Amino acid sequence: MPVSKFVGARIKRREDPRLLRGLGQYVDDINLPNALHVAILRSPYAHARIKSIDANDARQHPGVVAVVTGSEIKDQIGLLPVSGGNPTLRIPKHYVLAVDKVCYAGEGVAAVVAEDRYAARDALDLIRVEYESLPVVSDPEKALAAGSPVIHSEWPDNVAFRSDLKHGNLTKAFKEADKIVKQRLVHQRLAPIAIEARGVLARYLSDQKELTVWSSTQIPHMLKGHLSQMLKLPETQVRVIAPEVGGGFGSKLNVYAEEGLLGHLAVKLNRPVKWTEGRTENIQATIHGRGQVGEVEAAVKKDGTILGLRYKVIADIGAYHQLFTPAIPPFTGLMLSGCYKIPAISIELTAVFTNKMSTDAYRGAGRPEATYVIERMIDRVAQELRIDPVKVRKKNFPKPAEFPFETATGLAYDSGNYELALNKALKIAGYEKLRRDQRKLRSQGRYLGIGLSTYVEICAMGPKGMWEYGSVRVEATGKVTVLSGASPHGQGQKTSFAQIVADQLGIGLDDITVIHGDTASVPKGIGTFGSRATAVGGIAIYQSAEKVKEKARELASHLLEVDPDDLNFSEGRFSVKGVPKKGLTIQQIAQQARAAKNLPKKIDPELSAESMFEPSNFTFPFGTHICVVEVEPETGQIEIKKYVAVDDCGKVINPLLVDGQIQGGIVQGLGQAMFEEVIYDENGQLLTGSLMDYAVPRAADLPRLNLTRTETPTPVNPLGIKGIGEAGTIGSTPAIVNAVVDALAPLGITHIDMPLTPQKIWSLGQAAKPAAFGGRR
Amino acid sequence: MNAVRKKKVSIRVNGVEHTHEVEPRLLLVHFLRDIVGLTGTHIGCETSICGACTVMLDNAAVKSCTVLAVQADGADLLTIEGMARGEKLHPIQDAFWECHGLQCGFCTPGMILSAHQLLMRKPRPTEDDIRHAIDGNLCRCTGYQHIVEAIQQAAKRMMKGTGKKRSAQAAARRQ
Repeated sequence: MPVSKFVGARIKRREDPRLLRGLGQYVDDINLPNALHVAILRSPYAHARIKSIDANDARQHPGVVAVVTGSEIKDQIGLLPVSGGNPTLRIPKHYVLAVDKVCYAGEGVAAVVAEDRYAARDALDLIRVEYESLPVVSDPEKALAAGSPVIHSEWPDNVAFRSDLKHGNLTKAFKEADKIVKQRLVHQRLAPIAIEARGVLARYLSDQKELTVWSSTQIPHMLKGHLSQMLKLPETQVRVIAPEVGGGFGSKLNVYAEEGLLGHLAVKLNRPVKWTEGRTENIQATIHGRGQVGEVEAAVKKDGTILGLRYKVIADIGAYHQLFTPAIPPFTGLMLSGCYKIPAISIELTAVFTNKMSTDAYRGAGRPEATYVIERMIDRVAQELRIDPVKVRKKNFPKPAEFPFETATGLAYDSGNYELALNKALKIAGYEKLRRDQRKLRSQGRYLGIGLSTYVEICAMGPKGMWEYGSVRVEATGKVTVLSGASPHGQGQKTSFAQIVADQLGIGLDDITVIHGDTASVPKGIGTFGSRATAVGGIAIYQSAEKVKEKARELASHLLEVDPDDLNFSEGRFSVKGVPKKGLTIQQIAQQARAAKNLPKKIDPELSAESMFEPSNFTFPFGTHICVVEVEPETGQIEIKKYVAVDDCGKVINPLLVDGQIQGGIVQGLGQAMFEEVIYDENGQLLTGSLMDYAVPRAADLPRLNLTRTETPTPVNPLGIKGIGEAGTIGSTPAIVNAVVDALAPLGITHIDMPLTPQKIWSLGQAAKPAAFGGRR
Repeated sequence: MNAVRKKKVSIRVNGVEHTHEVEPRLLLVHFLRDIVGLTGTHIGCETSICGACTVMLDNAAVKSCTVLAVQADGADLLTIEGMARGEKLHPIQDAFWECHGLQCGFCTPGMILSAHQLLMRKPRPTEDDIRHAIDGNLCRCTGYQHIVEAIQQAAKRMMKGTGKKRSAQAAARRQ
């Protein structure tokens, strides 16, 4: 890498001015002439047979153009796709609109197409559906019990798939242990709540046979492939555009029923159709995250050495698989070793169907669960053995020299210095003093808690097929066009990718335009998820820029009639060594390359290059988060007094954007710990179907976060970058839960399941020690 | 269903009068987005929780997803599109840019208008004031910290701005 002017600098984003002025175009902001609006009738039952649907009145309603039901279109649209190679995987038929039977409350039953959105919504009320309700199972543990209602009658029970993995000698580990610490842990269901819910707009140009689908998606290219299959159209006739996308967090890393349905309706009606998801629909019918219940057992020595870990877990899949549903729970198993040397690990995973919306990737996607398991267990072990949790952590860390560090679960952690990040965080937080303060306050009947989380996560998805595409083209005007197959939706890669290219080519940021999110502009791509856009997509761009520079050198050598080795490159200009005045800028070379009148043999016109980068390994960012809380006995309220995060994502392209990712991530993790939970009752009714019931963190709930970094580059890619999209969410949740449990330890409390609502904490405290906990009975 | 009698409303949006016949049930946010064609005001929850649809109605921040267009008849609205002067950003917008106070940008228009109301009422807010003032605006991307910093910076700049203006006025008076 040449001298970096831009990489590593806090540069404000190039995408912001239009967003700040309200000029960003999200799907619902795009208005096509003659467009129709679609509204979806959703099942009020969690499990029911559809006996009949009478849409006659709806069809007669003024403004209504069409009403379609599942059985009418099932032969015209393919099933929703699922990826996953587990041999035990059971894949129930998942239609875009239910056929014969609904399996969760909110499942689409019929769609109304009308001239405006109000008419479409009105007509929903005129559709009469006769349901025969069926027994419901919404609790994943009950769904596995004998005698449970079976959701998909093709199979004898509700098991969606199983995965049992054993690594190392567990029998020996548990035999040699001084102590076995057990804990049941619940990872509640969460709703991703991108502030822009989903939306789809589809237009078919019948003369050109071109279907264009604008979707609020993280994966336009993957969506294009799936839509082409579902709609039985050749890929050349399908174009997907991800315009401005208002947040994703994994919830838009999917192929949804509405995307297929709208594509179909646009072709069938030969008019543009638009659907905009409401917030209630968004909580009913956009994927949820987490949803695991597990029993952990840790085999430990008296000194805190961890010998083995067993995790028996049930993953709540919901009624159907969505695109990556089967891929998420196995990530938990893969990452169970955390940042510790644990010689023996076993995971017994049972994924189970329930009458609920599907779970799938939500920020962190399987890794927050793993981190929560191991980080809670480290604290449980410390509490049981009466050792400081810092000591237990340090005892089990691999040393920097042990990298690449191989875990029992078969991963090779690329690089790391866990103790460095931990020590830095301890120093910033003032750990020793905090412990002294805690002792003092405890003697006064106050509940101060200090919680640590030393996390490692897996990023830059990934090796074995998860490449990303990038290209760099210097136009004849000297301006540079960068294409990326990644599909950022708030992360800011129009800026960070430009920084990479600007440094490589020695040009200014203003001369670079980054294009993404349109399958007609970018020939191929995979998308933005798994903290991969920069660590994989950014590398494809870096490599393309390298190739452009090399081609420019060849051209310069030809044009200046000197040996390529006799050329210096600096500030965007090749000059002859010793004759600095004789030279050509990269723009001049591009002009010559485009004119193509004087090119060396075997060199194509145009100064451009493309690249597909597939990393040889994942990357493993890590860090330490320390959360300090005081629990208010009278109310059960948690006050976060201090939050220190030391994160290491390798080299950093733009620290401003990295800070933003970490802050947002931490707050989402705190949201899980303190507020959020998707709740269904025993009848499968969604009780948290709006933002009045589903609590997302607000500004006044939160403290100022104290962020800093260590920098351990990865050897996996030439820029040394690891990815930072999910680390905050992964690292923060156990830190605060550990802090609250630590605060309440004097009451004999050893664990509390999330979310740590005041009601829960107050009740626990009351039960444990009423007098000391502000209660009077 | 019978055809609903439409009602004529006149609403000034960013200084421009818009007169239309609307259904009485039409939400103000749909009036802005679908009729006036200003799509910077977003819809995030339809229950007045998320604040993405925040606009200023007669100088008070309201959530336009729970106001009817007919209720705003005769009112003066300020939406995000009315904040900048052409290409020149309002100091709050500028500070959001400078401090990376936005990621996906969807909550940003509402967030900026809530900040605008705060700074109109309280030009020197504390961090606590700021966090409470934007408590009705949800952001899922930023964790709010950069937003808080942006509003602090905007407050500083605007104080400086008004300071300059005042001293210029004072200087003019002296002459």
